[in-house]
Amino acid sequence: MSQFPPIEIKRSGWQLFLMTVIGRSYPRVVGMQRERSWLFFDVFLPLLSVAAYVFVYRAIGAPEDYVGFVVVGGAMTAFWMNVLWSMSSQLYWEKEQGNLALYIISPAPMMAILLGMAVGGLFATLLRAIAIIAVGSLIFNVTYAVSSFWQLIAVFSLSMVALYGLGMMSASVFLLLSREAWHLANLAMEPVYLVSGMYFPVKNLGFWAAAAASVIPLTLGLDAMRQLVFASGPTLGFLSVETEILILIILSVVFVTSARYLLAYVERLAVREGRLTENRR
Amino acid sequence: MSHPLAVKTENLGRIYKIRNNRKEKQRELVALENVNLEIREGELFGLLGPNGAGKTTLIKILTTLLAPTSGKAWVAGLDVTRQPAEVRKRINMVSGGETSGYGLLTVRENLWMFAQFYGIPSAEANRRIKKLAEIVGIADRLNTKSSDLSTGLRQKMNIIRGFLTDPEVLFLDEPTLGLDVGASRDVRSFIRRWMDENPHRTLLLTTHYMVEADELCDRVAIINQGRVLACDTPAHLKQNLRHEVFFQVWVVAPHLLEDFAFLQINGVKHFHQSPEEDSLRLDITLEEEAVLSEVINELTAQSARILRLEKREPTLEDVFVQLVGQRMEEVENVAVPAD
Ligand SMILES: Nc1ncnc2c1ncn2[C@@H]1O[C@H](COP(=O)(O)OP(=O)(O)OP(=O)(O)O)[C@@H](O)[C@H]1O
Ligand SMILES: [Mg+2]
Repeated sequence: MSQFPPIEIKRSGWQLFLMTVIGRSYPRVVGMQRERSWLFFDVFLPLLSVAAYVFVYRAIGAPEDYVGFVVVGGAMTAFWMNVLWSMSSQLYWEKEQGNLALYIISPAPMMAILLGMAVGGLFATLLRAIAIIAVGSLIFNVTYAVSSFWQLIAVFSLSMVALYGLGMMSASVFLLLSREAWHLANLAMEPVYLVSGMYFPVKNLGFWAAAAASVIPLTLGLDAMRQLVFASGPTLGFLSVETEILILIILSVVFVTSARYLLAYVERLAVREGRLTENRR
Repeated sequence: MSHPLAVKTENLGRIYKIRNNRKEKQRELVALENVNLEIREGELFGLLGPNGAGKTTLIKILTTLLAPTSGKAWVAGLDVTRQPAEVRKRINMVSGGETSGYGLLTVRENLWMFAQFYGIPSAEANRRIKKLAEIVGIADRLNTKSSDLSTGLRQKMNIIRGFLTDPEVLFLDEPTLGLDVGASRDVRSFIRRWMDENPHRTLLLTTHYMVEADELCDRVAIINQGRVLACDTPAHLKQNLRHEVFFQVWVVAPHLLEDFAFLQINGVKHFHQSPEEDSLRLDITLEEEAVLSEVINELTAQSARILRLEKREPTLEDVFVQLVGQRMEEVENVAVPAD
């Protein structure tokens, strides 16, 4: 009798796409929570920098809502870190590990692999962000005044689509940069803290700087969320929430579509130049 | 078609452009040149060659990871550059020393994940993982995090990953690299079993172990510096050497022997010495047995004392020597390009 009969069903099309997304998100949904040290590194440490800003704002007598701004900003920073370190530079690491070649030679669409990475990263980071908000709000006594729950959901979801779309898009670019990828990610980390207004209202940058910073989806997402959850939010907001939602929609479409084309382009280029496998082989 | 071709290449070539640093001028490196191969469905085909011969480059082209710079290639009748998506549904690949998967996941989870990328339903995937793990001998490690595996166990996991998706054409790039003797034997016998079970499966493996190619493969292509020098069954390849005589001699000598003196003897085709623990091993190829006496005279002249002398059957190593003029290890020791 045959030990290894042929596989009866191999799914394709949208079913394969979905299975791939689930498969690739699994290491992040399950694996990343396996070691408890994430509570320290991903929740406690970010809370420390939040605390630093809170003390400064309190010392200079800033409006009390600024404390809430910082807590929400601290939570959203987690998403930026995740996109930078686990999306943009991810394909590069996957290449070094040898996973990228296996993804490419499989029948799974690369967009599904990237989406799986994003969904998994989003889930793992959501846990961390919720923990930061919960603990931060408790410690610093933040009071929220949510004006529109549905708009809040919409803004958050759109920011995530746009942000992870940006991550998917830059993943392909980083892939081509190989070793420089790590430096680039490092370089992108700090300035974004500043311009996206993680720890202060982006309006304070002045109109043009704030407008430029809006290319990073986190900027407008954060600004809109603050307007929606704090009493003094609307007065400190950069643009109206409706405008910001509209821009976020545009950013989402642009980033996700570019990700798709860029990925196909980069794959073709890398196959031609022999850059899909790590340098040793 | 009575014998459909699983793999076919036509004048296949690949040139890499390399530049070590920005200032340096770009150089061209010919990794493959004019490769013409035909592998039939059901064949277990071996690519045998030293480091840098172009084995991995060929596998990368056939698995759609690398575009050829000249010529064409087909896998399962499909053009690898024009129909990569179709090719990918039918293949899988495992490389020796691979570090794929995620360390935080268990062996089972890693394998399950890769099965998802092939659209294999979870129940079926898990059933196969269990069975394959039993056969390869890591059933008790399925719940171990893959970061905790030893090199050998990790390679067994990789091997399972390749067979798990039941590919029409499976590519194994040095599958037994870094495995100990026992584990290599396990892997080889599994490969053979898997092939024997279903005549529609095709397997292409690369190796630089002569014995592996000889024992395992239906046909072998010997490749060096990007060119296929010979392609036939191991038996046929060796049969071409039937007029020659092979001796292995172990001697004790005060110092390394003068190769030159032996090669000058009429009828000595090849002479190679390799130091072993407390003796020198000589591999000698003669045109006819009668030349042996002259060789022994020369040994005495160089004050070498014979410990043991064996006549042996030709091996693929001898075939390689005949084709290239050097043993494979000699080629590897010389041809290390500065990276
Ligand atoms: N991406 C690359 N860029 C430039 N040169 C490369 C690249 N990949 C391989 N080469 C070169 O091409 C030649 C063939 O390499 P290849 O990896 O195909 O050999 P191989 O037969 O697999 O060797 P090994 O037994 O060491 O694995 C070598 O000289 C190698 O240095
Ligand atoms: Mg190789």
